[in-house]
Amino acid sequence: MKNINEIQMYQQRFESQKPQCGFGLLGICCRNCALGPCRISPFEEGAQLGVCGANADTITARNFLRMVAAGASAHSDHGRAVAETFIKVAKGEAPGYEIKDEYKLLKLAFEMGIKIDGLKKEEIALQVGEKCLAEFGKQEGSLILTKRAPLKRQKIWTALNIVPRGIDREIVEALHRTHMGTDQDYLNLMLHASRCALGDGWGGSMIATELQDIMFGTPVPVRGRVNFGVLKENCVNIIVHGHEPLLSEMIVLAAEDPQLVQMAKDKGAEEINIGGICCTANEILMRHGIPIIGNFLNQEMAITTGAVEIMAVDVQCIMQSLPLVASCFHTKIITTSEKAKITGAIHISFTEENAFEKAKEIVKMAIENFANRKKSDISIPEQEMDLVAGFSHETISYILGGMFRASYKPLNDNIINGRIRGVAGVVGCNNCKVVQDSVHLKLVKKLIENDVLVLQTGCSAIACAKEGLLDSIRGLDFCGKGLREVCEAVGIPPVIHMGSCVDNSRILVAATALVKEGGLGDDISDLPAAGAAPEWMSEKAISIGQYFVASGVFTIFGVTWPTLGSENLTRYLFNEIENQLGGKWAFESDGEKIAQLMIKHIDEKRKKLGIDRARERILFDMEMRRQL
Amino acid sequence: MKGIILVDPYKCLGCKSCEIACSINRSSSKDLSFATLSKNPPGVKVKQSRNFIVPLQCYHCEAAPCMAACPAKAIRKDEKTSAIIIEQSLCVGCNACVIVCPYGIPELKYNKGGTIKCDLCFSRLEKNQKPACVCGCPTGALKFETIENLFNERIR
Repeated sequence: MKNINEIQMYQQRFESQKPQCGFGLLGICCRNCALGPCRISPFEEGAQLGVCGANADTITARNFLRMVAAGASAHSDHGRAVAETFIKVAKGEAPGYEIKDEYKLLKLAFEMGIKIDGLKKEEIALQVGEKCLAEFGKQEGSLILTKRAPLKRQKIWTALNIVPRGIDREIVEALHRTHMGTDQDYLNLMLHASRCALGDGWGGSMIATELQDIMFGTPVPVRGRVNFGVLKENCVNIIVHGHEPLLSEMIVLAAEDPQLVQMAKDKGAEEINIGGICCTANEILMRHGIPIIGNFLNQEMAITTGAVEIMAVDVQCIMQSLPLVASCFHTKIITTSEKAKITGAIHISFTEENAFEKAKEIVKMAIENFANRKKSDISIPEQEMDLVAGFSHETISYILGGMFRASYKPLNDNIINGRIRGVAGVVGCNNCKVVQDSVHLKLVKKLIENDVLVLQTGCSAIACAKEGLLDSIRGLDFCGKGLREVCEAVGIPPVIHMGSCVDNSRILVAATALVKEGGLGDDISDLPAAGAAPEWMSEKAISIGQYFVASGVFTIFGVTWPTLGSENLTRYLFNEIENQLGGKWAFESDGEKIAQLMIKHIDEKRKKLGIDRARERILFDMEMRRQL
Repeated sequence: MKGIILVDPYKCLGCKSCEIACSINRSSSKDLSFATLSKNPPGVKVKQSRNFIVPLQCYHCEAAPCMAACPAKAIRKDEKTSAIIIEQSLCVGCNACVIVCPYGIPELKYNKGGTIKCDLCFSRLEKNQKPACVCGCPTGALKFETIENLFNERIR
């Protein structure tokens, strides 16, 4: 066994990477062909054109589009895996999985134009699943779920010819356009970036969210706990880490198996304790109240507690260093996806057909590994925090309107009367270049202090959960007066956890619901709303940001911005794109200033809607009524 | 050719092209793909402190403390170029130069048999070529200037 002091953790690895190459940071390095690699000098001296003649605008635009394509691929391939499982569930070929939310299934079937008369739920599910899967390979027309967007938004997309035709097609076209000597106009490249990203937000991600809800249940508010303290010294601790709930759902199920629970007790453990990291954590928290250990940058630290028997991972945001860190402890790292293997980890192949069996195998391995713990290695931090999660779009409209008149009306009313200033989506990753979680917290606290309701997903939600902002009592202490009043009346925390990073599609749906409810304009770009990813690091974040911008949302990213090497492209993304799409990007790394920018934008939108001043309340007497 | 390497830290993007160019030049093959196999450590190091990035080469001092301190007499001054050079075959790896250098330039590499530092590419200078790191810099952050030119420019 190695000594933990002999290996490097992410902080040291980051230090030894310094200085990081400025060309890469500015986005002006191109290695798309073997004429290069070419770099454009940001100074007067040095090369201003690549060998093929590409300038800084083209190179940064191509790099940006490739980031969007990779991010959209990650979400959409996740969506595809869910759709494939869904079809197998409908056919009865996936033991352990079931159709849990029939109501949502029927609603989706209706949206997709499927006749449901006289069909059993499995038959409907099969048709829905096949239709969803076909969305990926569709060649023409438009994605079905883009029809959910406000009509004005759809018209903007049609006018610019950026309605996504098929999810895969747009990604392939993005790679084609960025190939050497193809699309060399940065504005044209950026139009496709919007199209590709929309195929993610209103396509791949949305399909993932919808089908997961139907299969595993639409989240409803649930109490949970977060931070390292949820690891228990006298329990068998299993961590699930990654993104797709297909694996974690089964492990949760397997851990409840009475035989395995008994086996754990025989080995001297009190029970089997499951914790999550990253978006897998969000998925099982939302549906089962399973505790969260931490977000992205906590993954290595979780192992160093010495109390983790197994970390089972699937796809995305998994550090390759995990097996190395685990080699200093008794922890075993298990990869489960054929798409994601790590050298040094144990691979247990996980398919829909054998999912439950394999999950049981993993739990059994964890129980057997419990005896290998070294008492002296165990040090679990005590910190723990309560939270409330599980706010899907359906749940929010139920909370606000009840079963029979579910709606967003009370929210719209309170935005109009000014108790709630606006809505902000704060999402995204952790980044080692800033103190972990610090920018998220600074930003979110400032927002709720100024009566802005915050919707969250992903690692950002976990960051705020650790601080207690997602607790419906503790969170109120940070609120402004107006927001507090509404939160107390409705019984929600001021920071609303909407799920994992594919669940950003829920925010799109919620924004559309706000528009359709009336009173706040007729497009998403009219809403007093803004988005931010203050500690982003992954390509998925860029894709999410771009689909929000293309859906009309003002979106601010922190830490670093990948197009700064091109003045023209940066100006387009930060300004000119607003004339086309109604949304725009901004870059600001200070949490306080991000909040100021968002609030300023929200106030401008309120002014445009004419709801910036409290309206005088006039009591109508009989005479005035007659005149109406 | 006689001169010194000038650094403009505001133009340095930290891409480490100078490190790569240096390693290639120190290899016998003078070719990137072969140089990666021989793993020659570069004589220039790109360092960062906070937001300030700067490539560090040897300053080739007139009165070089390392030369005075070397007990093996492995460090000498090249007549034509004024470069301070460590003769690898004589170096015993005692670290004396590492200790006395005011800029922290020499670096001990046991597996390479001694101490390594920038030699101003004196063999290139003899052929009237600029140092490898200067030629490798894509932004012009590194320049090679004669003392006279620099002096005249500063006076202007």
